[in-house]
Amino acid sequence: MSEEGVVKKFLYLNRKAPYGTVYALESLEVVLIAAAFDQDVSLAFVDDGVYQILKDKNTSGINMKDFSPTYNALGDYDITKLYVEKESLLERGLSEDDLMDIVYEDEDDDWAEKPSVRVVSRAEMAELMETQDVVFSF
Amino acid sequence: MKFGIMVNEGPYQHQASDSAYLFAKTAIEKGHEVFRVFFYHDGVNNGTRLASPPQDDRNVTQRWSDLAKEHNIDLVVCVAAALRRGLLDENEAKRHGKSGDNIADGFRISGLGQLIEAGIQADRLVVFGD
Repeated sequence: MSEEGVVKKFLYLNRKAPYGTVYALESLEVVLIAAAFDQDVSLAFVDDGVYQILKDKNTSGINMKDFSPTYNALGDYDITKLYVEKESLLERGLSEDDLMDIVYEDEDDDWAEKPSVRVVSRAEMAELMETQDVVFSF
Repeated sequence: MKFGIMVNEGPYQHQASDSAYLFAKTAIEKGHEVFRVFFYHDGVNNGTRLASPPQDDRNVTQRWSDLAKEHNIDLVVCVAAALRRGLLDENEAKRHGKSGDNIADGFRISGLGQLIEAGIQADRLVVFGD
């Protein structure tokens, strides 16, 4: 499907709240399509983007489908690196405990369940971006 | 250098498409290659030929069509984003039982795979958005 053998580092940078605008949902659509291309994929959640993987969301009052179950399925697409910026959480009165428990099964470790979410500092996030070939900002 | 471009905002409401156009035009003038522009989110609205801006304003869609024709640039509109927002080509209009299509010259509707492919093939993929 893609250029034979080319593997680039793709980062999907999510900066917006999950509802209110369509960016988060349409970002997730890109991520799922991208999984078919066998690239090295990471997701990052910064600013209001951290709300995207908040647990126990309820969208019934706004007539929007809650698409957060899709984040739980990312492991099945071999997308196992979800970086969340610590400062963005703190600025919003949130902690790691408020985030969804997104896990993947590690095929190299007898399919042990491991957490996909990694909380990193703002400085570490900057370093992560520096190592990427392609950054999609949503 | 070989550039891919992504445009994430609609015309007139937001400067993203203007900036992307000026970037593409300048890059080409400086001897670089722009092989694909991918329109996503409200960016798909850059591809409607029904837009009729005032005579004394720039015509955002026409500018893209002209640039694409002159320099053989692939203007791709995301199908899922386009259908949601009422941007259709002849095939999609027929498939969804709509009375007409509205895609402009030089634009084509395709899937998100075209965006990922652009990221793989380009030396740099530049995102214009909010």
